[in-house]
Amino acid sequence: MISLGEFIQDLLNPDLAFLPKALLVAVMSSVVCGVIGCHVVLRGMAFIGDAVAHAVFPGLAIAFVLQGSLVIGGAVAGVVTAVLVAVFSQNRRLKEDSIIGVFFVAAFALGIVIISTAPGYAGSLQQFLFGSITGIPDEDVYVVAIAGAILLLVAFLLHKEFVAVSLDREMARSAGLPVFWLDLALYVLVTIAIVLSVQTIGNILVLALLITPAAAARLLTDRLGLMMFLAPVIGGASALVGLYLSWSLDLPAGGTIVLVATAVFLVAWFFAPRHGLLARRRRHGSARTPEQEAENQGVAAGERATLGGVPTG
Amino acid sequence: MTTSATTATPDRAVASPAEAPSPEAAVLRVRDVAVELGGRLVLHDANLDVRAGELVGLIGPNGAGKTTLLRSILGLVRRRSGEVLVDGAAARGASTSMGYVPQRHEFAWDFPISVEDAVMSGRVRRIGWLRRAGVADYRATREALDRVRMTHLRKRPVGELSGGQRQRVLVARALALGPGVLLLDEPFTGLDVPTQELLTDLFAELAREDGKAVLMTTHDLVAAMHACTRICLLNRTVVATGTPAELDDPALWMRAFGISQTSPLLSALGLSTTDRKADA
Ligand SMILES: Nc1ncnc2c1ncn2[C@@H]1O[C@H](COP(=O)(O)OP(=O)(O)OP(=O)(O)O)[C@@H](O)[C@H]1O
Ligand SMILES: [Mg+2]
Repeated sequence: MISLGEFIQDLLNPDLAFLPKALLVAVMSSVVCGVIGCHVVLRGMAFIGDAVAHAVFPGLAIAFVLQGSLVIGGAVAGVVTAVLVAVFSQNRRLKEDSIIGVFFVAAFALGIVIISTAPGYAGSLQQFLFGSITGIPDEDVYVVAIAGAILLLVAFLLHKEFVAVSLDREMARSAGLPVFWLDLALYVLVTIAIVLSVQTIGNILVLALLITPAAAARLLTDRLGLMMFLAPVIGGASALVGLYLSWSLDLPAGGTIVLVATAVFLVAWFFAPRHGLLARRRRHGSARTPEQEAENQGVAAGERATLGGVPTG
Repeated sequence: MTTSATTATPDRAVASPAEAPSPEAAVLRVRDVAVELGGRLVLHDANLDVRAGELVGLIGPNGAGKTTLLRSILGLVRRRSGEVLVDGAAARGASTSMGYVPQRHEFAWDFPISVEDAVMSGRVRRIGWLRRAGVADYRATREALDRVRMTHLRKRPVGELSGGQRQRVLVARALALGPGVLLLDEPFTGLDVPTQELLTDLFAELAREDGKAVLMTTHDLVAAMHACTRICLLNRTVVATGTPAELDDPALWMRAFGISQTSPLLSALGLSTTDRKADA
């Protein structure tokens, strides 16, 4: 294991120019995924991340075989998928997860078949699936930086509309918000966030970058603003620490980054101030505070039994 | 049923003072509305007027088309024919003169958002694209919270509210737009009796004092007969409308609910054998 100082030296070493590039790309894409992932987690639509991650693969494969830009190939395939999912999911009778189970695994299979036509494909296949920190072209650093910035800007500008739709689609629709287009916009944001991240972290693991930091942040706070700040911080820090560990211990980068993020999630799961396992245990034992009781004045006791509401026709 | 103060007599409710619009003009008019869903005619020839200051109970069995009627008023489902007028003008899909309170389970209660911000979310469309909430939006939010008496809980995450408090948040969210018409879909589902009565009082107040036209679906017939100024019996079409006192013909209820003469429902409503007049 090398020390942090040595890691910094390596980062500055011109012979290892790929290392700072990889670090930059990993951190930037994690930050973007953290922010977008908040919407994904809050809407409970991890399936879209899964779908896009799978569907991006044939796009990458085609771009690879044709020697085109991987980012563009992935983005095209991903956006097509996002549109399909948005259209399909408007019809609430189709279960999204079955569509994804059939359709997107097939897309994945298609990617494998396509990429197998390229000479020496085994290496590149592994690179796609598990990510690689070497061989990131210079222009990709700029692409990730610029696209990431645009993504964050759009997410910021549409924030209150996204929240209104996530809170209550029916109400949003009745208020006249274009729910379908907002869904589509969000799906496209998710897609681009995934495409930006897929190179360093790999196709299989990219979902974790989207979900894990946001889920950990959700456990830590009940305030959306704070959650959307914590998730990218957790994501970015996981990328930084993960890459350092992977470099110094000679472990695969994508896997290490995801494991670090998962460790953060587990810590939050156990120790989060309100929603953590320990906090809940503690609360369970003690009675409610007098202020809480006072706040609930005027409301019948036992009302909590009906919290979830009763689903009816 | 202990509250007698909430039994607003129809004349008192309709002829409300000064600022309320004239009782003649219905704020909400539903004209010959028909709706087809999945190839079946779910609603046909539905006619209904709701005036300012009225609390109208929309009553019917499961699948009668109550939710469908509300949604067609809001333009959320396409009408096959008929029209909906709000303040005399054809209601647009994205009407801001109607506040909608959907069934409580439509709302994502686990969302990390405060009561205050949830209420503000009702105004997102009004605020407009690429803009932030301004002074007027904060004021409207505060007033709506005051109206439903939730101001003291405004910082609470919505996930930590009781069922009745949640319902009040949804009402406040609809009120934040300052609508003339309020549409409530089964606001009492899963709530205990005291909470139901609190909410009923609130809805009656919104009609009586604020001059809103309130249309509410419910399965709590006894409470509806008690609190509503008018009742609309619906079963794929409007079977009958009238004040609770006027709907004393058991045949109407038998038709609307498809029940027999001996149904306990009729005795619960005091309609079976004894000819009990309204308790006013
Ligand atoms: N999306 C749909 N497609 C086809 N039919 C539908 C659809 N939604 C509702 N229906 C049908 O329309 C009818 C009216 O439904 P609606 O939800 O308006 O009833 P409701 O009076 O609100 O019932 P409840 O008391 O159970 O809420 C029902 O027969 C229902 O089966
Ligand atoms: Mg209904």
